[in-house]
Amino acid sequence: MRLTQGTFSFLPDLTDAQIKAQVEYCLAKGWAVSIEYTDDPHPRNTYWEMYGNPMFDLKDAAGVMTEVNACRKAFPSHYVKLNAFDSSHGWEALRLSFIVNRPKVEPGFELRREEGAGRIQRYSTRSYATAKPEGGRYS
Amino acid sequence: MANDPADRYRAGVMKYAQMGYWQPDYQPKETDVLALFRITPQEGVDPEEAAAAVAGESSTATWTVVWTDRLTACDMYRAKAYRVDPVPGTPGQYFAYIAYDLDLFESGSIANLTASIIGNVFGFKPLKALRLEDMRLPIAYVKGFQGPATGIVVERERLDKFGRPLLGATVKPKLGLSGKNYGRVVYEALKGGLDFTKDDENINSQPFMHWRDRFLYCMEAVNRAQAATGEIKGTYLNITAGTMEDMYERAEFAKELGSTIVMIDLVIGYTAIQSMAKWARRNDMILHLHRAGHSTYTRQKTHGISFRVISKWMRLSGVDHIHAGTIVGKLEGDPNSVQGFYDILREENNPVNLERGIFFEQDWGGLRGVMPVASGGIHAGQMHQLLTYLGDDVVLQFGGGTIGHPMGIQAGATANRVALEAMVLARNEGRDIWNEGPAILAHAAKSCTPLKAALDTWGEVTFDYASTDTLDFVPTPTAA
Repeated sequence: MRLTQGTFSFLPDLTDAQIKAQVEYCLAKGWAVSIEYTDDPHPRNTYWEMYGNPMFDLKDAAGVMTEVNACRKAFPSHYVKLNAFDSSHGWEALRLSFIVNRPKVEPGFELRREEGAGRIQRYSTRSYATAKPEGGRYS
Repeated sequence: MANDPADRYRAGVMKYAQMGYWQPDYQPKETDVLALFRITPQEGVDPEEAAAAVAGESSTATWTVVWTDRLTACDMYRAKAYRVDPVPGTPGQYFAYIAYDLDLFESGSIANLTASIIGNVFGFKPLKALRLEDMRLPIAYVKGFQGPATGIVVERERLDKFGRPLLGATVKPKLGLSGKNYGRVVYEALKGGLDFTKDDENINSQPFMHWRDRFLYCMEAVNRAQAATGEIKGTYLNITAGTMEDMYERAEFAKELGSTIVMIDLVIGYTAIQSMAKWARRNDMILHLHRAGHSTYTRQKTHGISFRVISKWMRLSGVDHIHAGTIVGKLEGDPNSVQGFYDILREENNPVNLERGIFFEQDWGGLRGVMPVASGGIHAGQMHQLLTYLGDDVVLQFGGGTIGHPMGIQAGATANRVALEAMVLARNEGRDIWNEGPAILAHAAKSCTPLKAALDTWGEVTFDYASTDTLDFVPTPTAA
């Protein structure tokens, strides 16, 4: 399967030039870019690991790309995403978030169910990868 | 106004203007509720008297003088028509501005507000027609409302979807599918790439599909699609029913099944909408509103209520989604008016913008934004126009444009998602999507057969008719 979280997951994986163009767009808007990674891509896993703090003061897309590449190098088989945070009043949340690295093989999710009364099903979604401990899931 | 109280309150009939409802010198207070009406007086009725009559009948007046006014602070309770302008280029019609004291209204009640503002006055004989064009709600009044249960930002955080419009589809045919077949459409559309599917306004609980059946099959579809994609998915389960008790029962069942969103129709009424918004806030549920019925009173320019006013009332009422027009689709929608509705739903503060039909500045006082929904006759080939006109914070709903795809529903959903992501990517790269849109789509279609098929099927379809609800304004000259 292909995990389709993030703004551009239905397009072919973005090239570094394409990622850089998006970073330039975010910086021009005054948004702070940050990088996060995980090997637990459950759709309700809100807190991916932070690869450093949001780069509030970095105004240079090339600098962001250096960080992206460093994160990819450190976690080549993890999901890595690039976020852009807008601190303006009334928003104070992400404006853009897209995946910039993904494991070669994505085994996907099992839908577990527990049958209840009146045909009600209790569903839970489990990543096949998370059966292994953190750090050894996609290698 | 008659100055001598003995004259003013003598039994009998008096012109509304003389009773104190026309006050051209009145300076509206920050705390006043303001309304702008388009009035069409009967022959021989002068516009100031007609405006005064509207002010009177929507506040304290009746057809004759009553002495009991003198038991009240009646000067304050009287609404004041304070300005009348001819409608540009439209003889016989006038814009009448009316101010209402805040004490006339119960806090937090759209029912009470509307019982005054639109309660009696629309059938008033001295007027041929009357339309409520816009309102200014003072911040003290705004703060008495909960506002959207979830709001745009929190909805995005819950769904973990940023940077692009959300995608949806209404299940078609809208009537007749069994629960099992209905859920099939939901599964295919969500797995193919949509974020949401939606019940239509008239899907409630009918012989071909009772509501519990629909909810169960739909949630099977949602959970399957979520596991297949690793993305949060949802389907708007329409809980509209004949009584509040039935609606609460359906809402509770949707929650029990783990749905992220429920849906109501505008026809359930203002109080029912506010009740469901409170329920939605209490139960962490997104609340979708279908504007079923609105065109009966929003479409004609001379009589009824503008949709911009309905938008304001619904933001106060607390819905999270509302259908607000597509501009390019099959349903009524002048581009500037529709963009005005979107501004009202989404922005923190609306400045006066006559080009978009916004007559009053409106401060929303921290109330969350409502996500507008664009639905009705739109397809992937219009993606550059949709994104340009409507921006990012909108749900684009392609019903026919998903389900009618020649390669199937999943392919239809994929075509829409690829078209959208390609267009957002290009826009962010600084490309001129308005002009390059078709080329951007054609390029994306090279690596996406479903998009190619969608463009081949619908690429040329447009709905190019003149709008009925257009704006009448003269641009304010700017200082040289």
